[in-house]
Amino acid sequence: MIHNILHNYLFWVSMIIFVIGIFMLALDRNLIKKIIGLNIMDTAAYLFLGSLGYIQGLSAPIFTGKTMGQTGSELFINPIPSALVLTGIVVSVSVTALLLALTVRLYKKYNTLNLDEIIEAAGKEEDDD
Amino acid sequence: MKKDHKLVRMWKEGDWDLYENLNVYTGRPEKKNRKLSFPPAPMPETAKAQTRAFYRLFTVLAVVLCAVLASSLIISAAVMPQFGAVDAPAVNQVYLRYADRWLADTGATNIVAGVILNYRAFDTLGESHVLFAALCAVMLLLTDCRDDRKSITRHEPLFNPRKDVIITQVVKILIPLILVFGIYVVLNGHLSPGGGFSGGTIMGAAFILYAAAFGFEASERILSPRVNKILTAAALIFYSLIKSYSFYTGANHLESFITNGVPGRIVSAGLILPLNIAVGLVVCCTMYGMYSLFKRGRT
Repeated sequence: MIHNILHNYLFWVSMIIFVIGIFMLALDRNLIKKIIGLNIMDTAAYLFLGSLGYIQGLSAPIFTGKTMGQTGSELFINPIPSALVLTGIVVSVSVTALLLALTVRLYKKYNTLNLDEIIEAAGKEEDDD
Repeated sequence: MKKDHKLVRMWKEGDWDLYENLNVYTGRPEKKNRKLSFPPAPMPETAKAQTRAFYRLFTVLAVVLCAVLASSLIISAAVMPQFGAVDAPAVNQVYLRYADRWLADTGATNIVAGVILNYRAFDTLGESHVLFAALCAVMLLLTDCRDDRKSITRHEPLFNPRKDVIITQVVKILIPLILVFGIYVVLNGHLSPGGGFSGGTIMGAAFILYAAAFGFEASERILSPRVNKILTAAALIFYSLIKSYSFYTGANHLESFITNGVPGRIVSAGLILPLNIAVGLVVCCTMYGMYSLFKRGRT
């Protein structure tokens, strides 16, 4: 098991990065830092996915013309996780843009990025109505 | 001698309390919809203590949760199959099929391009639409119709790059190189690492750099809001039509009216090249549009 932990260092490093992202997302009161935490979580997921596709001793999935009689599965690593990472990057860019736009609107209305102050001000607004 | 104001006289004589009658003096009625004040008024002590206790509890709970999550994830990493193992569950029939037969199926020398734009092209269509939907949502959130100019044009920045010789001259040299590199990455997406998403981002970066150095008036001569909208919509419609054609021919996304050609040539790999160009256009326009929206509130 210890050998496995040492050998799988990419897996648990990506998991630690993921937890750091969750920590930022949950504990930081600044909205921009929350979005940064979400992006760190995304990055950890890409690292994990990309490392899952690796196969010992094989090369990147770009065909150069030299096969030397070997089939593709004897030459190239798994291309599917790479394709999934590409999908994930685009979705995370879209989510980040949406969250930043919402943050801009919140900042324009409440003049602060601190979530506590925003919640407090919004509660007061509701009380007034 | 100047005669005192009636209220001042009252105050001097002592029968007018300044603080009590402030509202009476101004004649202002009690506000019903009180505007918010910043910084917010200080909370009473008990409420403050309650809030502090809540956040302490919240922090402790979050730390415990994160610790439990981290330990369980690391234990799961220890019992996972070895990194790079040939018999890992990810190395299954799908991988064997893709790795062994992609060249005959797609004709692209970049297997990832073959996977995302041929085997799983529908996935990529969804991705492009997610980007488009995000652009629309940002547009809805940041475009302020009521006063178009006032709220959107921010205060003048302290540093104006348009007057800086170094930045403008360097940008003049860099922009063509960046654009050519972006077009190269898009067009060689099926031959080498790259493709529509990365190349589109590079081209979008070139337009963003241009807008940042010379202002939006200059960049609008090339990529006006109208051209931006038309390009994005046309590229998405083109992609959707191509993919509906592939549904029409059996929905396995492999047969198309263009043959695969000789692998390694620019014009080969069937539909991957036009799809890459469409994706590149969508990504380029979306990146520039988002920068423009965040910077000045409209595309």
